[in-house]
Parts: sequence; C-alpha cells; structure tokens
Amino acid sequence: MIVIYLMIAVSIVIAVLFLIIFIKSVKAGQYDDMYTPSVRMLFDDELLEDKTLRKPKSVILNKNSKK
Amino acid sequence: MSEESCYHCGLDCQGKQYQIEDKCFCCNGCKTVYEILNQNELGCYYDFDQNPGTIPTEIKGKYNYLDNLEIAEKLLEFNDGETSVVSFYTPSMHCSSCIWVLENLSKLHSGIVASSVNFPQKKIRITFKNEKISLKSVVELISSIGYEPFISLEDADSGKHKSNKTLIYQIAIAGFAFGNVMLLSFPEYFQDDGFWLDKYKGLFRFLMFVFSVPVVVYSAKDYFISAYKGVKHKMLNIDVPIVLGISVLFIRSTIEIVFDLGQVFFDSLTGLVFFLLLGRVFQQRTYSYLSFERDYKSYFPIAVTKIGNDGKEESVEVFKIKEGDRLLIRNEELIPVDGILINGNANIDYSFVTGESVPVSKKSGDKLFAGGKQLSGAIEMDVLQSVQQSYLTQLWSNDAFKKDSNFGIKNLVDTLSKYFTYIILAIALSAGIYWFFADKLLVFHVVSSVLIIACPCALALSAPFALGNMLRIFGRRKFYLKNAEGIELAAKIDTVIFDKTGTITTNKNNHIIFEGSQLTTEEEQGVRNLIRSSNHPLNRMLYGFLPLSKEVEVINFKEILGKGIQGEINKTSYVLGSASFVNASTSAKNETVIYISIGGEVKGRYVFKNSYRKGLDAVFNTLSKAYELIILSGDNEGEKEYLQKLLPKGTEFVFNQKPTDKLEFIKQKQNEGKQVLMVGDGLNDAGALAQSNFGIAISENTNVFSPACDAILDASKFKELPQFLKLTKQTITIIKASFVLSFLYNIIGMYFAITGQLSPIIAAILMPLSSISVVVFVTFVTNMVSRK
Repeated sequence: MIVIYLMIAVSIVIAVLFLIIFIKSVKAGQYDDMYTPSVRMLFDDELLEDKTLRKPKSVILNKNSKK
Repeated sequence: MSEESCYHCGLDCQGKQYQIEDKCFCCNGCKTVYEILNQNELGCYYDFDQNPGTIPTEIKGKYNYLDNLEIAEKLLEFNDGETSVVSFYTPSMHCSSCIWVLENLSKLHSGIVASSVNFPQKKIRITFKNEKISLKSVVELISSIGYEPFISLEDADSGKHKSNKTLIYQIAIAGFAFGNVMLLSFPEYFQDDGFWLDKYKGLFRFLMFVFSVPVVVYSAKDYFISAYKGVKHKMLNIDVPIVLGISVLFIRSTIEIVFDLGQVFFDSLTGLVFFLLLGRVFQQRTYSYLSFERDYKSYFPIAVTKIGNDGKEESVEVFKIKEGDRLLIRNEELIPVDGILINGNANIDYSFVTGESVPVSKKSGDKLFAGGKQLSGAIEMDVLQSVQQSYLTQLWSNDAFKKDSNFGIKNLVDTLSKYFTYIILAIALSAGIYWFFADKLLVFHVVSSVLIIACPCALALSAPFALGNMLRIFGRRKFYLKNAEGIELAAKIDTVIFDKTGTITTNKNNHIIFEGSQLTTEEEQGVRNLIRSSNHPLNRMLYGFLPLSKEVEVINFKEILGKGIQGEINKTSYVLGSASFVNASTSAKNETVIYISIGGEVKGRYVFKNSYRKGLDAVFNTLSKAYELIILSGDNEGEKEYLQKLLPKGTEFVFNQKPTDKLEFIKQKQNEGKQVLMVGDGLNDAGALAQSNFGIAISENTNVFSPACDAILDASKFKELPQFLKLTKQTITIIKASFVLSFLYNIIGMYFAITGQLSPIIAAILMPLSSISVVVFVTFVTNMVSRK
C-alpha cells in the first residue's frame, strides 16, 4: 500500500498545477471580457480580395439588428 | 428594411441624393464610410448585421491637440518610441459588425499593427507604429468610419488603473483547498478507528493542515482586517464572530494535530471561508459599461484651442488655462471654463448640466458657463475663471465628494452582530464554567465547540445573497445599482427629492404649442418648407412637429445666425426667429419661442415646452403615501402652478436653486433627521446626488453619461420607481426572516456544542446545510416577491 503515498503526491501536484494555471489565466486577463471572443471566433476570412466576387451572403449574426 | 433606408446606418434616405450602385445613403458621411470600407476589402461589414453603421460626425480640427506630445503621452498606455498602444472608449460600438471592422483596422492603414475590442466595456485597444501613423491620425481614422472615441480629462488623469482580481484568487484558493480537504477528511467521517486511519491519519491530517494555511492567511485576510478595524472603532461588526470562529477552528485543529488528539475541523474551516467568499462574489455585480463615479472630468475635454496674442492657435491642456486667456471653441465642443463670449454666434446646449434640451443663444458680451456644448459654428471667448474655480466645477471641492466610503454606516447585519457576539461569548463562558466543575478535561473542547458552531456563516451569507439577487433583478429591469449596500440605504428613505428639468420632464419629445392667430394649412406648409434647410436645433424640432407637406420652392432664403431665417414662398415673405428679428413684442416670461411673421404681419409664436414623463402623476401619487416629496429645481417658478395641479397635495416646491444650493438644501433636510433620496440627471445635480443618502440618476441612454450616483435608472422605467423602492423594503424584511432561520440552526448546533458532542462530521453537515438552505430561501423569496 506504499503506492498510496505516490498516488497522493501525484494527485496533489496535478491539482496544484491546475490551480496555478487558473490563477495565471486570470492574471493574463482571460476572464476580463467574456463576450467579445464569442463573437470573434465566428469571423473568418471575410476580407474581400475583389469587389466583383462579392455576393450577398446570408446574415450571419442578426440578433442585434431587429430589436 | 425598406429600400429607402440607408445601407450604412438604416436611417431614411430622404430621396436619392447619395447613391452607389443599388445602395442608397442618408448622407455624405455614410456614403464615405461605405466607400472607405469597400476599398479596403472590409465590405463584409454589412453582412454581419443589417445597416450596422453610425453616421460619422464632423471632426475637422477637433483633435489637433493630440499633436501636442505632452497630451498625447498621457493617453498612451505604452510607448517605446517605435510602437505605441492606446485604449479608447467608443460609445457608438453596438453590434458584431462593429467588432469585426474595429478588429480589422490594420486593413485600413498599414501603420496599425493590431486592434482588439472589449465589447462589454466598449473599449478598443490599438497598437500602432509611431513612424507610420500619429495618434491624431488614428483617432481621425476611427472617427471617419463612425466610431468616434470619447476622450475626456479623466483619461489623462487617472491613467492606468487595473481592476482588482484579489477576490478571484482568494476564492480560487479557498475552493481548491475546500475540495481537497473534504476528500482527505472522508476516512474520518466514516471510521472511528481501524487500520486505515492508524496508518494514514498523520499524512492526511498534515496535508489538510497545509491546505488550510493559505486559506486562513490569504483567503480570509479581509475578514481579519475588517474585524480588527471594527474592534478598533469599538464596533462589533459581523466579521468579529466570523474571525473568532475561523481562528478557533484553525487553532483547535492545529493543536489536535500536534498532540494527536483526534478530531480536526479543517473541512469546516475551508468550507466556511469558501462559502463566505462566494457570498461576496455574488454581491458584487458590476455593470462594466456603466460608471457610477463620474465627475466633471469625464465630460470635459483634455485640451482646447487657445488663441495667442499673435493670433496663433495652439492646443493647451484644460488645467493650464488661466484667467484672461482667449479660447476658440469649435462646433460641437464643450466649454470647459466660465468666460465671456467675444465673437461668433453662441448656441449653447446645457443638457449635460441642467437636463434642459433646448439650446440657449448668447450674444457677444454674455457670460458663458462651463459645461455647455457649442452647437453652431466656432466662437471665441475670454476666460474668467480657471477650471477648478468655475461655477460648475467648484461644486466638486465640496466635502460631499470627499465622503469616505461606507465605513461607519451601520447596516442591518452589523447592528445585529453586536448583540450576537455578546451572546455567544456569554454562552461560551457559562458553558466553560459549568464544565470546569463537571469535567475539567472537556472545558477547552466545549468552549471551542461553542465558538465554532456559533460562527455566523448563514447569517453572514443571507444578506449578500438577498441583496445580490435583488441587484440582478433590478439590473434586468434597467435599474442599475452601484452596489448591494444601496438597497439597504434605499429602504430607509423617507424623503424623495426630484430635480425638474430632465428628471420629471423628458427631453425626447418637447411639445410645441402655437400661440397667436391660427395658421392656414398653406401657411404651415410654407413654414415647414422654410425651415427645411435650417440646421438650428430649434428649427429641426419644429420641422419634426409640423405635419408632412409637399415641397415648395423657397426663394431668397437667408439664415442669419443667432437671429432667424427668412425667405419667400409664392411671393409671400416668411420670417422666423427671435422677437426682435420678427419685430414682435416680447413677453416677460422666460420661455423658448420662435416668432413667426408672414407677409409682414406677426402671426404668433411657437412655444417649446418640456413635456412631463408619462405616468408622472401616478408615480407621485403612489410615493406621496409613504414619502415626503419635494421638487428641487434650478429653473424659475414658471411652471409651479401647473405642477401644483398635476402633483398630489403636500408636495413641496423649491425653485431657483444653484447646484450648491441643492446640496445645502439636502444637507439641511438631513440635519432635520431625514433620510433623503435624490433623483436627478444633470451635472448640476451632482452635488445633491453625492450629498443625499441615496442618489438616483435618470438617464435617457445608459450608454452615455450620468453624474456620480448610487444608482442609474433608465428613463423608460421611471414609472416603476415606486415599485423599486417598495422592493428594497421587502428585501430587508426577507433578510430579517432569513436571520430567524439561521438562528434556528445555531440553536441546534449549540446543543451539540454545549453537551460536548460536537464531532467533525456534525460540523461538516450542519455548516453547509444551514448556509445552503438560507441561500436557497432568500433567493427563492426575493425572486417571488419581485415577480409580483
């Protein structure tokens, strides 16, 4: 049963590691803005190289438009 | 959307003046933005949202002061000579298209390296290369696409303050320790003796101890500090028994470990701290896009244009303006100091200050007060007083603004905890004496058990959760409180004071009355056509008021700034404007009017009246039952009679109050022992709002600005004010009921403690159970009450 010491040691090290990662991410400002990234991730390469290629696309996000 | 609406901003196109391909625009500004975006591969802007744009404002010359390096340096967050970082507050940001275009600024100008948006705070952070683009050009660039940043004195002053994240770290550590300690305590819950415990007890208990140390030292730090302060001020606040409980839990458990006596309470200890901090987080609801601490600095510009003796224009910081300086105020700029108008047509909008939406015209030689916004062209003025000494801004040197936060204000919980602390100390003492004679070995055990079980966890949690939940409910109904303590303050109110202009009146729809001989339809048509091309705000208002008509050609149109307009329609001359311009006899009353004469004959005048908010009489009638009501206005008594008829009897009226008078008036009421609620809107109410026990600022648009206050109420919800006040009172009742509940738990626990039977498992069950049930109770009841 000596292995229990090892197991506990490993589990605590992992747990502490996660705590440190969490605190670091808070410090880095990851939780400061909870809204913008959710919109940002929906953008992809919408930059238009040529005007003639432009077709009316469906409206991707229109929850704000008809309030 | 109809075909006729502007492709950029969605407004009515008004004909087909501005068109590109099949898209029409309402104005040249919108068309330009479209062109800029389309040329720079950013046309997708219009795909995310329909008509996402805002009309860019005219900014020519407005930001010249950013070329002044000293001023620019104050705004920059970072500058290493090559690259700079700057953050702006851009109020016009409102949709996902805005985020997209603002994050792709680098496509518009190669000097911009990166830009990122924080949407909840409406902030944009831009990194740019100094050699390719200047700060001024950056501002002009984002203004040109309709996102004019708001730069105020405050930005230069406060600099780079960071939000406080300590509470998050504290709760993270407490939660982490709580989970682990709970796990390590499990063997002890279910087994008194045996192989398992004998073998691993030492290790497990040592680990629990290690986890608990940071919880006591770091996470619970604030409670120790607050309890220390309380004792120092001879005030036994709720934190005193909490700290007592925490210390006893920790010391007793440590002693038991060291001497290997048995029972440890680290699980209850970490759990207690974790729950307490959770309550704190819950109570802390911040509206990141609202600010409750604004003073005049957030309205005033950083710099203005000074005209030197040699006639040269130069940007100076507002704080460096001296008496006798000559300033140039451009269109749409704010007047930062008191002064005398020297040159130009002043049309000043004091809506920030007084809430009065109709601009005031001034002639040269008239005195101008700080805080007004110039609306028609550029003016020159001589400075009479520096910023701090100006009529409006000296208000902020009053003591009301130096009021120390809320230490010393007794809240419900602290009042109660005074008795509570004495009672548990008495119980601990008598139990100790009893066991001293019955069984000396158990004295320490019993006394510490009493202090542990008496730790008012549920008591300390019920108020934060009830108040925090109410705060959220209010927030959803557009009544935003600065903090949860505000609810308690609002519940104590017995006197409600209202400002008049802008608070009980609305500046959205002024109603206009025509006085004089009735105009024919044809004449009304003529008037409407005449003012069509005038940009004067009053004329725009009148234009919206008059019925729609066909377009008729106006010849010989002439607009004389500051006086009026004239023109000829169907060979009849039309003249509109001030009394002297039209040759009409003026009335003595201080009113906003446009006189009109047609064919050389004075026909009458249009009177602009503020209209009162909908439901005003209902609000006052409901409130008059429970509160003393007062109208405190900076205006003259012109509308007193009308108001007396409209509002319930017993309402007091006080007119002609200067901003400082309002403050003094409230102070006087408070000295009479009243608890005063002030409802105001403009900067002139700022002193009164700060002095009052609870200040509510009414705001037509919560995204824009409101003076420092305890709460912001969306103007559309004005009629719900009595209900909000009633809810604050009910919240206090709910908290009191929850106290009874938590005392019951304390009594049950006390039984175990006094009889010397308190084991870790009972503490571990009782403590979370009482806390959670109290939290569930208050959350449920507050939700129920507010739904009614």
